[in-house]
Amino acid sequence: MAAARPSPPWTPSRPDAPRSTWLRFASPLHFTRLVDGLAPPLMLAAAVLTVIGLATGLLIAPTDHQQGEAYRIIFVHVPAAWMSMIVYLAMAAWAAVGLVFHTRVAFALARALAPTGALMTFLALWTGALWGQPTWGTWWVWDARLTSELLLLFLYLGVMSLHAAIDDPQRADRAAAVLALVGVVNVPVIYFSVQWWNTLHQGASVSLTRSPSMAGTMLAGMLVMALAAWAYCAAAALMRARTLVRQGQAFETQLAVRRDPR
Amino acid sequence: MTLAWDSLSSFLAMGGHGLYVWGAFGMTAAVVAAECWTLMRAPRPGDTP
Repeated sequence: MAAARPSPPWTPSRPDAPRSTWLRFASPLHFTRLVDGLAPPLMLAAAVLTVIGLATGLLIAPTDHQQGEAYRIIFVHVPAAWMSMIVYLAMAAWAAVGLVFHTRVAFALARALAPTGALMTFLALWTGALWGQPTWGTWWVWDARLTSELLLLFLYLGVMSLHAAIDDPQRADRAAAVLALVGVVNVPVIYFSVQWWNTLHQGASVSLTRSPSMAGTMLAGMLVMALAAWAYCAAAALMRARTLVRQGQAFETQLAVRRDPR
Repeated sequence: MTLAWDSLSSFLAMGGHGLYVWGAFGMTAAVVAAECWTLMRAPRPGDTP
């Protein structure tokens, strides 16, 4: 089953290795060093932005004249929901890069994004239920927005389970990547569901073409929390990918020792 | 810029929706803390396997 694969062009031993800078990070060593440098400032930024965002959203932003105080769930709900979709797109993109270039680091990134994305999806659903009960009078409805977001959670869990179910790490990477790519059609369905179907879920609060429909401090708090969520997800996924890359290297070393014990 | 609250108890009550608001923020904090904990526990180079 193990077809001979030509060594990838960035293998250092190859004399014609490209000097391209971004391909350098396909090398596990460069990648782990990159994460060593990126993860602490990203985590720090996430922490600082969370403090600013929570102070703005919970202490300063005014009461909503329609929804009272329950609307404050927006400061975690919208960032979690945005990240659930963005992380999926990132996971699918790295899966595609992995399938095309056969880079271990790309597969590690795709695999590392899945648990963080699943957690963000779970949080979007959880905070949405807690927001739905006081405003709609129900925890859950099978409307297009909620159902497609639930499907997103199952896609994340499916990608993770499929990877876990296959013993050969390279086959597991490729199979999970294909599933991640197939599932990407669900992301625009989630995003546009409130326009395409008649949903109980409200339409987008923020749009690039319309002026915002909410008070300035509400919008500021939400955007700062969204930035915090972005920095956090990036840091968490990079740290998990670093661990996966190291484990992959350790596995390769073991294989090499077993093949050629000296 | 003024605070939206006149007392700590009104802040915690969230207009009668405290359970929903703090349930949402609390679960988010718990999930993020749990993920950070697993990331911190990940093996590092030099650890004995």
